[in-house]
Amino acid sequence: MIQTDREETTATVAGAWEPQVIAFCCNFCAYAAADLAGAKRMQYPVNVRIILTPCTGKIEMEHILDAFEKGIDGILVAGCLEGGCHFIEGNLRARKRTDRIREMLDEIGVGSKRLKMVNFSAAEAPAFVRHVTEIVETVRALGPNPLKKSSQKESAVEA
Amino acid sequence: MIVATPKSVTELKNTIAQHGKVLFVGCGTCVTVCLAGGEREVGIASYAVRMARKIEGKPLQLSQMTIERQCENEFIKDVAEEAAKVDAIVSFACGAGVQAMAERFPGKPVYPALNTQFLGILEEQAVWTEKCLGCGDCMLAQFGGICPVTRCAKRMLNGPCGGSTEKHCEVSADRPCAWQLIYKRLESVGQLDRLDAIMPPKDWSTAWYSGARQVVRKDHRV
Ligand code: SF4
Ligand code: SF4
Repeated sequence: MIQTDREETTATVAGAWEPQVIAFCCNFCAYAAADLAGAKRMQYPVNVRIILTPCTGKIEMEHILDAFEKGIDGILVAGCLEGGCHFIEGNLRARKRTDRIREMLDEIGVGSKRLKMVNFSAAEAPAFVRHVTEIVETVRALGPNPLKKSSQKESAVEA
Repeated sequence: MIVATPKSVTELKNTIAQHGKVLFVGCGTCVTVCLAGGEREVGIASYAVRMARKIEGKPLQLSQMTIERQCENEFIKDVAEEAAKVDAIVSFACGAGVQAMAERFPGKPVYPALNTQFLGILEEQAVWTEKCLGCGDCMLAQFGGICPVTRCAKRMLNGPCGGSTEKHCEVSADRPCAWQLIYKRLESVGQLDRLDAIMPPKDWSTAWYSGARQVVRKDHRV
């Protein structure tokens, strides 16, 4: 993956830091559950941006590290239930990779709590809402990603 | 092949703490295959170290590249241009590669990113085991192709020790007894009679024990 020194300009309202969270959702379960949550008009925090992935096993470590380097506050990796992966074991591999990155995040100083992997089925819209709400709250308590541009951090302090 | 494991992010970060511009160089051969020092691992380590430095408030300018082999000058020369632009190089090769790079770039610090482990093979996905110590006088013919010098914890050359079991070595339950394997193997190739020969004490003068060795092949010298 090509790594750039480019600083991302992330949308933060001046003066009020709000957690920004990415949810990588697999096509066959997590994304379908998110879709269902939408169809049922369930409310969940607006801080989350969903990225559709064919399978959580398709998420490379670099994708996650890149997002953190660019200042994302938290990442949720959401896949099918263990044993229920459309690609048989993609979610089990994703679990091992997220575990490894969590260790690295502690060493880096970003902290492992900002990354979480969860599993739920396509029918579990409430689980999607619960996990998204939880990670947003966890990240809110932790404060902004220390890699955020200093201007963004300052606005967080003011808030 | 040579098997290595990555050093921790913290160790890597501390090693290059004094430098502001660093080049990470991966190696495309053994260490790529053992998932320790290839292009992908260089990429991941780059993210980690760069982020850690940014958090410490000492941003690091990091460039990265991976060459075919770091233990050969022919390939190392591709690094020269990038190397000239940085304060230090971190080599993701085995110990031989790191030293080859250091020799090639005098006046430039070269640091290892891996812990080189051994000469071994891939047993199953992400499991490697040591098979050869490079003793300089191979005795595999005598032992059915299983090396007691490397794989027997006590380096027994004339049959198993008293603690041998059919399942595992007495020193570690995770490891088969090399002598059990030798027996089975010689039996399967119909050469059990090889075990009748008494092996004299091994001549270790061909091994590492007297310092780094050199191989000179007169027939191929130019
Ligand atoms: S006898 Fe020596 S050269 Fe042969 S496999 Fe064993 S350690 Fe390697
Ligand atoms: S149990 Fe077998 S492998 Fe282990 S030390 Fe004894 S002879 Fe060697």
